[in-house]
Amino acid sequence: MLEQAFTGSKKYFGLLAGLGFLIGLGALGYYQQLTTGLGITGMGRDVSWGFYIAQFTYLVGVAASGVMVVLPYYLHDYKAFGRITILGEFLAVAAVSMCLLFIVADLGRPDRLFNIIKYPTPGSVLFWDMVVLNGYLLLNIIIGWNVLEAERNDTKYKKWVKFLIYVSIPWAISIHTVTAFLYAGLPGRGFWLTAVMAPRFLSSAFAAGPALLILLCLIVRNNTKFDPGREQIQTLAKIVTYAIIVNIFLFFCEIFTVFYSQIPDHMIHFKYLFLGVEGKGQLVPFMWFSLLGMIVAAIAMVNPKIRQNENTLAWACGLIIITTYIDKGLGLISAGFIPNPLEHITEYWPTGLEAMITLGIWATGFFILTVLFKIAVAIKEEVRA
Amino acid sequence: MSIKRREFLRLAGLSTLLGLGGKAAFELIAPGQLDAQTYAPESHALKAKRWAMVVDMRKLDEKTAAKCVQACHVAHNVPDIANPTTPAAAVSPEDQVRFRIKWLWTEDYHNAFPGEEHENVQEKLHHMKFLVLCNHCDNPPCVRVCPTQATFRRPDGMVMMDMHRCIGCRYCMAACPFGARSFNWKDPRPFIKNVNLEYPTREIGVVEKCTFCDERVSKGQMPACVEVSNGALTFGDLGDPKSKVRELLRANFTIRRKAHLGTLPQVYYIV
Repeated sequence: MLEQAFTGSKKYFGLLAGLGFLIGLGALGYYQQLTTGLGITGMGRDVSWGFYIAQFTYLVGVAASGVMVVLPYYLHDYKAFGRITILGEFLAVAAVSMCLLFIVADLGRPDRLFNIIKYPTPGSVLFWDMVVLNGYLLLNIIIGWNVLEAERNDTKYKKWVKFLIYVSIPWAISIHTVTAFLYAGLPGRGFWLTAVMAPRFLSSAFAAGPALLILLCLIVRNNTKFDPGREQIQTLAKIVTYAIIVNIFLFFCEIFTVFYSQIPDHMIHFKYLFLGVEGKGQLVPFMWFSLLGMIVAAIAMVNPKIRQNENTLAWACGLIIITTYIDKGLGLISAGFIPNPLEHITEYWPTGLEAMITLGIWATGFFILTVLFKIAVAIKEEVRA
Repeated sequence: MSIKRREFLRLAGLSTLLGLGGKAAFELIAPGQLDAQTYAPESHALKAKRWAMVVDMRKLDEKTAAKCVQACHVAHNVPDIANPTTPAAAVSPEDQVRFRIKWLWTEDYHNAFPGEEHENVQEKLHHMKFLVLCNHCDNPPCVRVCPTQATFRRPDGMVMMDMHRCIGCRYCMAACPFGARSFNWKDPRPFIKNVNLEYPTREIGVVEKCTFCDERVSKGQMPACVEVSNGALTFGDLGDPKSKVRELLRANFTIRRKAHLGTLPQVYYIV
């Protein structure tokens, strides 16, 4: 099947070349970081995790959301999704690959990366995150590949593949839960110390991931002979609608607990994000845009006319992707560090080099995604021909 | 072949059975090397059941505090980011804040003890500079989160840092409620005026912090800060009822930083 990756239109190779260029730029930036240290980023002693960890967190959600097409098909026998499960699984592969790259990019000593395996530490959530992320990557590669190969040969995939598929469903939930536990169990970080962290992560993931998948389905339909299907897209849209509403609901649960209890260590981070503290509040406009945009998108998605029109649906999905990205990719990580535990306020903004490395990793993910989607779509076209 | 196939399979099976295959297998191949290493104690090393420190703010003026910080940072080759040895290495004032490395430093009352101040606190509290450092918690969250056991707690309570094992993930910095950990965002060497050859300098990309001067204690000496503190800092064994720290804790009202978080900090303050 791999041979499908090496043949294709000019557009396909053009896209790969463009992504390759961005990967090259990112690699140059990373070389600079490797030789002179993480000081080239905007991070510092007060905000010690930044853009990389935020992208990682967002993308774990995208990866986990693959389960939203796998679960209805395999557990509820919802046949329509049979056509797009492979797209969900391959999206997960690309997203987890980016997650792992972002973790490595964030390490001060990537040369000692394997110390995590050499000195396994079950008490550390990061150890478990390594286990579940790599496991999820492997599961999706094996499952996706075997199911696609069976489809190509017009046979049924082997029994053990079915077993792995069942394993992959709770596994998807686990990757985002464990990622939430990275933050939600730290005694000195009031912003993250909340039991709704994992549920909120999952709900925003199940909104953003399928929203991205809808856009990808539309792109595939417009550029290839394979149509993921109108019904499939509409069912995904309903999943996105429920998930974004649950996400907004959980956000208000959080706001209630924090502001009705009036505990200062918890309130101050929200004040920083939405009002600014001591004249510092560069994230304020972003956070209001994110919150209001999410509400607008939810209202739009509930409206059947907007949801059923694929043009307006695409716009609403785009808005959901952007607003959840701001929430998780900009606000969540830095606000946990601002103010710091000694109540000093140091703000954080990524540097140009940091953004370049980040873009390089995103390009790597989309490179993987393009190749995998190309293979999947080629096989689908071949089978239907 | 030094190991028979059958024997290998048996070992592999056994180690898998033991649950954490990796860890168990490693223990079989190289027993005892899983735990990070520290200085081997000498015969005249100071020993304790539980090391702790008492900071007597009645005796600590700003000058003494500065002397303590200086002694610590010189002894441990802590870079002074604001004062590079060559003009080429100079960084902007914002970057000096970002890159700063602190083992021992001073904070105002409301930063050292956030949430504790009120409008009408004693006048003297407004002027006090509290010496702050790693609290060598009995229940340290940094140790809990470290994925490689590069930071670990010794049986005598010292929370240690193996800078040769640290992968620089900075999870410990997120976990520490006291801001006691620093990361080497840049090569620290151009910012060290006089290198102390008795103590290692650090490379880019690892976390460091106060270790209660384990290297001095193992040679029978008091921590560097305690030595120059004119009696404001007391270091000793909590497990010994006759120790100076126990005596101070018995005789005075003491507070600890963020005790409500349950990390059990072992640096006590007499205000």
